Amino acid sequence: MELSFTQGRWNYDRWGGFDPISSSNAKPPGVELWAVFDVPKDQVDASWKNLTHTLSGLFCASINFLESSTTYSTHEWGFHPSSGGLRYGTLPREAVCTENLTPWLKLLPCRDKAGLSALLDRPSIYRGFYHSQRLHLTSSEFHSSGVESGIVLEQALTVVLQPNSHKMSKTFSSETKLQPSWSLSSIFGRKVTGRCILAKTSNVYLQLERGLVTGLENLQKDNMITGPDHVGSGGLKDNPGFELSVRPDKMFKEVNSLHGKSSSILYEYSIERYSVFEPFDLGLTWKFPVVWSCPRAPLHSSRFLMGSGNQRGTIAISFTSTDLEEGFLSANIGEESCKLQADIFQVVPWYIKAYYHTLRVFVDGQPEAITNVVEKMHVSPSEDKESPGVMELVLKFPCAVKSAALTLEFDKGFLHIDEYPPDANQGFDIPSAVIIFPNFQTSMHYLEDNSSNKSPMLSKFQEKSPVLSYTEVLLVPLTTPDFSMPYNVITITCTVFALYFGSLLNVLRRRVGEEERILKNSASKKAGRLPQLLSRLSAKLRGKEWEPPQSPSTSSSFISSKLILKVFIVAGVAVFWQYYSE
Amino acid sequence: MGESESENEAPKVKLRPIVRLGMFLISHSHLLSVVCCTAGVLTLLLLPLLAKNTYISENALMPGSANPMLSSQEVSEANGLVKDLTSLDLKRMASGIESQRLIAQYMSNLGAEVSFQKFYPQSNQFHPLHFFSSPDSATIRENISCSSYGLNTVGIIRAPRGDGKEAIVLVTPYNSEKIGLGEALSLGIAYSVFSLLTRVTWLAKDIIWVVADSKYGEYAAVDAWLRDYYIPVFSGLGIQNAEMCHGLEENTIRERNMRDGFKRAGTMAAALVIKVADRSEQFEDSLSIYAEASNGQMPNLDLINIVNYLAVHRQGLRIKVEKMWSLLNCKWLKILGEILESLGHLAKNLNPQWKFGIPAADYVEGTATLTSSLYYQALGIPTGPHGAFRDYQVDAVTLEISSRVSSNNKGRQNDFLLRGGRLIEGVIRSVNNLLEKFHQSFFLYLLTSPTSLYAHANNLDPSFEKNESNHPASAADELGITLRSWKWLYAAKKVLVVHLWGAVVLLLPYFICQIPNCTPTTSFVVWVLLSIFSLLILFWILGSPFSYVYASQPQQREWALLKSVTISAAFIGLCLMSVINFATAEIGALLMVPMCLMAHPLKLDVKSRKLRNFSRVACNLALGFIGFPPTAFLVFKGVFEGFDGISVGDFWNWLESIWAWSSATYLYIGMIHLPCWILCIHVILHPC
Repeated sequence: MELSFTQGRWNYDRWGGFDPISSSNAKPPGVELWAVFDVPKDQVDASWKNLTHTLSGLFCASINFLESSTTYSTHEWGFHPSSGGLRYGTLPREAVCTENLTPWLKLLPCRDKAGLSALLDRPSIYRGFYHSQRLHLTSSEFHSSGVESGIVLEQALTVVLQPNSHKMSKTFSSETKLQPSWSLSSIFGRKVTGRCILAKTSNVYLQLERGLVTGLENLQKDNMITGPDHVGSGGLKDNPGFELSVRPDKMFKEVNSLHGKSSSILYEYSIERYSVFEPFDLGLTWKFPVVWSCPRAPLHSSRFLMGSGNQRGTIAISFTSTDLEEGFLSANIGEESCKLQADIFQVVPWYIKAYYHTLRVFVDGQPEAITNVVEKMHVSPSEDKESPGVMELVLKFPCAVKSAALTLEFDKGFLHIDEYPPDANQGFDIPSAVIIFPNFQTSMHYLEDNSSNKSPMLSKFQEKSPVLSYTEVLLVPLTTPDFSMPYNVITITCTVFALYFGSLLNVLRRRVGEEERILKNSASKKAGRLPQLLSRLSAKLRGKEWEPPQSPSTSSSFISSKLILKVFIVAGVAVFWQYYSE
Repeated sequence: MGESESENEAPKVKLRPIVRLGMFLISHSHLLSVVCCTAGVLTLLLLPLLAKNTYISENALMPGSANPMLSSQEVSEANGLVKDLTSLDLKRMASGIESQRLIAQYMSNLGAEVSFQKFYPQSNQFHPLHFFSSPDSATIRENISCSSYGLNTVGIIRAPRGDGKEAIVLVTPYNSEKIGLGEALSLGIAYSVFSLLTRVTWLAKDIIWVVADSKYGEYAAVDAWLRDYYIPVFSGLGIQNAEMCHGLEENTIRERNMRDGFKRAGTMAAALVIKVADRSEQFEDSLSIYAEASNGQMPNLDLINIVNYLAVHRQGLRIKVEKMWSLLNCKWLKILGEILESLGHLAKNLNPQWKFGIPAADYVEGTATLTSSLYYQALGIPTGPHGAFRDYQVDAVTLEISSRVSSNNKGRQNDFLLRGGRLIEGVIRSVNNLLEKFHQSFFLYLLTSPTSLYAHANNLDPSFEKNESNHPASAADELGITLRSWKWLYAAKKVLVVHLWGAVVLLLPYFICQIPNCTPTTSFVVWVLLSIFSLLILFWILGSPFSYVYASQPQQREWALLKSVTISAAFIGLCLMSVINFATAEIGALLMVPMCLMAHPLKLDVKSRKLRNFSRVACNLALGFIGFPPTAFLVFKGVFEGFDGISVGDFWNWLESIWAWSSATYLYIGMIHLPCWILCIHVILHPC
């Protein structure tokens, strides 16, 4: 099971997309949860519900929204291959805050009182660009290899921070800009004062990326040319690029057979030596500006919406080659059938009615037949109010691909009025798609002194896992009803009902024949003197034979016209009185 | 009143009151239609009085609740950009790419993602079949030459902790070939805001700054960018072509930017177009707001309200809205205003609760603004680059800031940049606060007053309804007589034929503009001749319904039937139009409704020599004259702008601009107004 809370976006261009950190720790914004259940198939959903509720209670988050079948999905062979018992769900809109971090910290033996986690000063963490907390639970009896039975809990917190002393140098050319120097105390505002007593090992690692090491080596070469007396002894220990405030305890160099250029370096600091009186405060001061770029995934992927209006749209996923993996590509380029494999796993909510037959693929600006590119495809269409649509694709691009794009058309559905969330007018989220490059493994082997005390961090780095990246979350504006409409509808229906029932009652209550007889009688008996006279007069004026008034309408009309006259007179008097009294 | 009327029928059959009321209305349809018409016109005149004060209805916007963070530091940076741009302009007029490069350099120094977007100017060619759809990509890329493309520069700030689902767009159009001071200043304002926003922590939405290359018009540049944003074309040779043209002159960093291609950021929440007017104001810094998009669509009123609130209450700018200046000096309007003012006083004396009186000057100003608002909405042509956004359902306004003095001295310019920047910052901050898209406030309204904007969506509708309600009454009157016999079918057929002819007339300009070097006047004349010719041909082909009717039934009431069918056709047309563009329908109803209702054969009137009939003849002639679209246009133009220098060619130009922007008004004129006018004229000249 893996649960992650993330705020902010991982910048795959700047922060890397090809190392173990980015592919295992970069997560989509919001909450992502996947779990594999080792229960009979019919109980999987029930235990998923159970799990979501438990987690939501534990982490003070609305993970329980994942229980409804419209939010989670199951997949066959996407990125965590398993046999049917896997459920995957995301909540892109979940806001992550300290209330989610505190329960996470409670799972640590020393919480944030001692050890490394003492660094976690909340304001400085949440000031950063990116923040992701991850919880990975593995039951070892589930793993066949495990000898001892038990559950392994792995917690990781990934933070991208901006150094505090970040004063933008206003010289407008990036060549002369010095990278900001940093230290643990300036970033976190705290220092490490010794390890947590319960911890077996407590280490801080500092990794220099390949690109950076290359840059530093170049710098060193330059220095050697200019100042030949300075001989680099012991690799980069006293390198010209930067200065470390604390000498590392150990240094590892990456063993790589594939990259011809240079390998990354890992510094290890053991916290055990430090105490309250001698706090550990690692600092790094740059001496020379170095420009380097991080390793990036073979294709840079981005996803966006096309089209406007409330009826239909198109989801497009575009890939652009990053051209940084020349080592990889050129190694394989000799072969004719060099293929770059990319797996896409995409979940769309049911109100985005994707038409999977409209899938189109463009490679380098030319439309391609789907069968040429798509190796394998698994689609489970969405069911209204039942389940989301899931699409899994295995794409094979030619290695020399520059850019590629996938488009998928969809219709926007209508929701029932009580299915709208409170902020329906913001739009609806489509969760991130996951893009996996299974041909590329992120593993770093470091040269170790003695393999006996293998630290967990290094072994984690060595684990082979495919390069993984998430695309952006999309926001689809759907048609939203005017939520004051129910009020209008209620008033209108009430009026119609009143009219209907009024006339119905009228018809039912009346006995027409009876009424007419009574009216005739009463009219002949006691017709008013004045109206009778008047009607007689008018009949004479018209030159017709006078007949006694049969309907009350004549008299009533006379009365009403008189009444109106009276009302007018009274109103006029009132107006005059008001006007002249002021 | 209904009861007293139905007195006669009471002895016979006692009808339901609603039926009696209907019969009463029908029997008095003439009076009723006159009353309704005058009421409609009166309501239109009263609108400035009835307008309501606006308020910001979305609470989440919270405009002006935070102190502006824009400081003199950003402004001095922006000044650097302005200076660089103007000096660049002074130095040389060579390839325009240099200025884009400079702006891109400035943007990327701020840490924003920069990309360029190429586009090709698209000639506004009228095509009869592509009236409502935008031209497809195949026609765009017809003749691409490497020399003629525009280059938009787009910078995007990613919100540090946001999820990147939404974006706010800033647009600054500028001419890359010749940068005026105003354009440089508008770039400066946008840059100062942009540089502030790269550092702030409160940003929840991404910011896109589009520096639109207005070499081929501001609208075209923004439209091209939006088209690439929303409807990108993946396949096509155009991209490769462009790559070839441009590949020579890129350095390394920018090359990668170019190749990364078009950058995007989420759904657009709102867009602001910033312009600085080159002309200077006499009194104080002022701000003009342009909001009308194609077919009279308006942005959400909240957006205008925020701008208005921040400009007036925070930055002390004077808000101006477009108005008909010539109306300000109208005598009768002033008198009307005074009458209304005294009426208002009277009402206030009677009851202090009744406050509908406004000063006469305010009334005149309100009417002028209302008229221009009505006119620009009815025209259906967007008043600025913001119109392009509206086509994709994004709320956008154009803000044109003009400074008091032609800002040559440094201090003034700094102050100007600071105020403009703070205004934009405030607006962006408000929109940023908004979690949902704009949905609270009105989107169907007319602006009546510049200082504080008034809106009215609700009180407009009844006035129009009144204008309309007379149609069914009188139509039913005429129809009621002869509905049983199928005689009205001939009239309906005639009306249909004339409307068909209207469609033919609509298509004629497409062929006329194929004729090389035509002056507007000659093409107009050709158009009129062709129209008349086609009318004659149509009657000849379709077996001349006139003669047929004569032969079959030589009865006198034929014109009445024709009139009633005309009225119902006009009613349907106006109803349809009011859905598409309300202002057009409003103006059209003003012209058409009296004309259709008054139409009466001249012969009958002349025969019976009474004063009433002669006045009707006069009215008919006047209405028939004013109802013809060209004469109506020329008369109004003459009234508002003076009669000297008016030619019939102006109408052609006006019409050309309408169809170039594919405005629904064009369809309205051709399909509804002109046929109804022809039919009315036919009724007037009817030989009965």
